[in-house]
Amino acid sequence: MEPTVFAQQLINGISLGSLYGLIAIGYTMVYGILRLINFAHGDVMMMGCFFAFYGIMMFSLPWWASFIIALVLTGLLGVLIDRGAYRPVRNAPRISALITAIGVSFLLENAGLVVFGGRQKAFYRPEIFSEVHTIGGVRFLELLIWVPIITLLILAVILFIIYKTKVGRAMRCISHDMETTRLMGVDVNRVIAITFAVGSVAAAAGGIMWAMRYPQINPLMGIIPGLKAFVAAVLGGIGNVAGAMIGGLLLGLAEILLVAIRPDLSGYRDAIAFAILILILIFRPTGLMGEKLPE
Amino acid sequence: MLTIKDLNVHYGGIHALRGVSLEVPEGKIITLVGANGAGKSTLLRTICSLVPATSGSIKFFDRELTEMLSFKVVQEGIAMAPEGRKVFVNLSVYENLMMGAFNRTNHDEIKKDLDSVFNIFPRLKEREKQQAATLSGGEQQMLAVGRALMSRPKLLMLDEPSLGLAPLLIKEVFRVIRAIHKEGTTILLIEQNAMAALQIAHYGYVMETGKIVLEGTGEDLLNDERVKKAYLGESI
Repeated sequence: MEPTVFAQQLINGISLGSLYGLIAIGYTMVYGILRLINFAHGDVMMMGCFFAFYGIMMFSLPWWASFIIALVLTGLLGVLIDRGAYRPVRNAPRISALITAIGVSFLLENAGLVVFGGRQKAFYRPEIFSEVHTIGGVRFLELLIWVPIITLLILAVILFIIYKTKVGRAMRCISHDMETTRLMGVDVNRVIAITFAVGSVAAAAGGIMWAMRYPQINPLMGIIPGLKAFVAAVLGGIGNVAGAMIGGLLLGLAEILLVAIRPDLSGYRDAIAFAILILILIFRPTGLMGEKLPE
Repeated sequence: MLTIKDLNVHYGGIHALRGVSLEVPEGKIITLVGANGAGKSTLLRTICSLVPATSGSIKFFDRELTEMLSFKVVQEGIAMAPEGRKVFVNLSVYENLMMGAFNRTNHDEIKKDLDSVFNIFPRLKEREKQQAATLSGGEQQMLAVGRALMSRPKLLMLDEPSLGLAPLLIKEVFRVIRAIHKEGTTILLIEQNAMAALQIAHYGYVMETGKIVLEGTGEDLLNDERVKKAYLGESI
């Protein structure tokens, strides 16, 4: 492969991987404290895109205001889903919560089809992200430079919350032992709600950047990125936030570079991600950075 | 301070507590002794609302605890060092202690209590930055007690603090319980080590299969034939 083509694909891979990573953070945080795979997470991301879309299209807000409002609304949506769907089955067997998550996923997708319509909608890409640069024969969209930067900023904020704040400390306690955390006087449901909010905001940020990149949205757009992000979270070691980001980057790079090296395999792009999932589950179920499970 | 009246609890299909009544007056050390599975831990867990009561009442001062959520019970001023230590092994010693002070906001007072916990347990001070997972069993027990103290509770409940510790450490634990009591904390102590517990307690209850079968001052119970036979061994 020529160096310029390689550089080009590297940029594509890193930006795609960042987005997988951002979405994976929500999966991994929720799993970390509830041992629940929130299969509705990809659809939460989709909702974030539509909030941003309608903010711009219907309410004619400036793009940045619309994006910020979309992040807030998506965070609230995450809290609402937890309150309405997951909290009632908190003490039920884990499989009940998992099936509830699949139900929420279908609900969001199909409600989206009814309310937003099934057609692809063009998503607005702000001018400042739209410029195309050419450096040494490598052509890339301005947005692709911003994606990893914004991603790293969000990751830093989330790591700060988890490791340096009181709420984050409570999150880590809940992930270890929910009952004893209650004995510390912690309102566990509130901490869980905050976790959903943080994860959903990260997903919305990932979704909006995803939407600007392609740039179109539809109510089923969350399914594949959601599943890929799940793979990324497992690859990085589910429950580990930094691992989710690394898993996302590796997955994005693997997907893009494999297709770049063997264009004839491009039809198998999605299959690559799930092949990785299967391999990880067979050979290293705790992921790259996962904690060792007690026996 | 804490008044339990005719408490019934069903737990995992068992009638675990059968009409338990118990009184913890302010400023005292009250102990609850009994064999494994008698329902002692269930009682503490019910006080903390971790287990729902079927009937009866638990009053803390004039507040009813049975309908209260666990974290609210703790906010009322009750702290528990649970059975099996249950420290957060994924957190540092310092972070574990700060979890005990989760609902407090006065940083000066928290700092003061942190110092006093380190004063009682110098070992914890040495290991302040270490992950709790690296502590020995005895150190984890100290951490669990220290963590409970960090909420500056009115009532401290200790569930088997001597369990699994070496004899020398057991002595140390009981010395600390006395010291904490001297500072003005009321204590409800659960122990299988009936001898040591009754020696430091003002009043004691003996529990068997979910019922209080005997009560009296620590001294009375120590001298009671039935207690001697069942819990203290013949040699005493």
